[in-house]
Amino acid sequence: MKVGVVVFPGSNCDRDMYHVLSDVFHFDTQYFWHDKGLPKNIDAIILPGGFSYGDRLRAGVIAAHSPIISDVQKLAEKGIPVLGVCNGFQILVESGLLPGVLLKNESLNFMCEWTELIVENNKTPFTNKLKLNQKIPIPIANGEGRYYADDDTLKKLKKKNQIVFRYGDVVNGSANRIAGVCNEDGNVVGMMPHPERAVESEINPIDSKPSSLIFESLLVQMGAKN
Amino acid sequence: MATFDVHVTIENKPGISDPEGETILNDLVLRGLHKSVTKIKTAKMLKFTITEKDKKTAHSKVQKICDDLRIYNPMVSIVTVDVFDA
Repeated sequence: MKVGVVVFPGSNCDRDMYHVLSDVFHFDTQYFWHDKGLPKNIDAIILPGGFSYGDRLRAGVIAAHSPIISDVQKLAEKGIPVLGVCNGFQILVESGLLPGVLLKNESLNFMCEWTELIVENNKTPFTNKLKLNQKIPIPIANGEGRYYADDDTLKKLKKKNQIVFRYGDVVNGSANRIAGVCNEDGNVVGMMPHPERAVESEINPIDSKPSSLIFESLLVQMGAKN
Repeated sequence: MATFDVHVTIENKPGISDPEGETILNDLVLRGLHKSVTKIKTAKMLKFTITEKDKKTAHSKVQKICDDLRIYNPMVSIVTVDVFDA
């Protein structure tokens, strides 16, 4: 049960993610540098947050051309769970693994604050232990987090149950308050908020349990597979 | 072969909100005496210098680069490619 954390130049949440995966949930966790490949026996892939390539041109677009992304695509097609958080989500949309795009927040500000998520799809490898409509207190930290998709894509997302999380309130101008989506198969999930910053009670003043269920869902998923 | 300057302008499609352009219009330009201005759109410009046999080839080459490497995101942006003699 090996989980890979992909590191790009400018990733800065990779160590938090590694700590949570290995120390809190006891996954066999390994870093993978972006210009190397991924082993075939990997069981899950996490693209952490940060500022890959300094957000130059557009958040995530340059990292989306990294050599490791072709391996992420191949493994995603085989059904391996892939989670992109914040910049990881931006990389997943820019590489075409997830639909839509993330634009500058409506306020044009970098937003660093606690938000409330609502679970819309609890059938993914990262949400199977959550309840539908469950609320998750969780922080965001981004400048380009406003989810946008054209009307046809939004209709399709709804029809195929690809909206995974919505914000409880209007946060940044995201279309339909979308905070996270998945691919049609459900194994690739992207979310702007940071679950790795919310699973320990020492740093979560509200409730760390709901975010913990995101990682516990992956444990269930991988346990079921093995 | 000749050298050309190629200007690539990336801007939001019509209908995609442009809060930066709206702020410049409402909170800067329209606060003064420039009431005739009705719209401001922000854009990003990349200036390429490229050596190709003619203008047409320079244009198609840069357009292909923009399309293949997703220099612009086709869901939200349009791109305009203008070629000039260097």
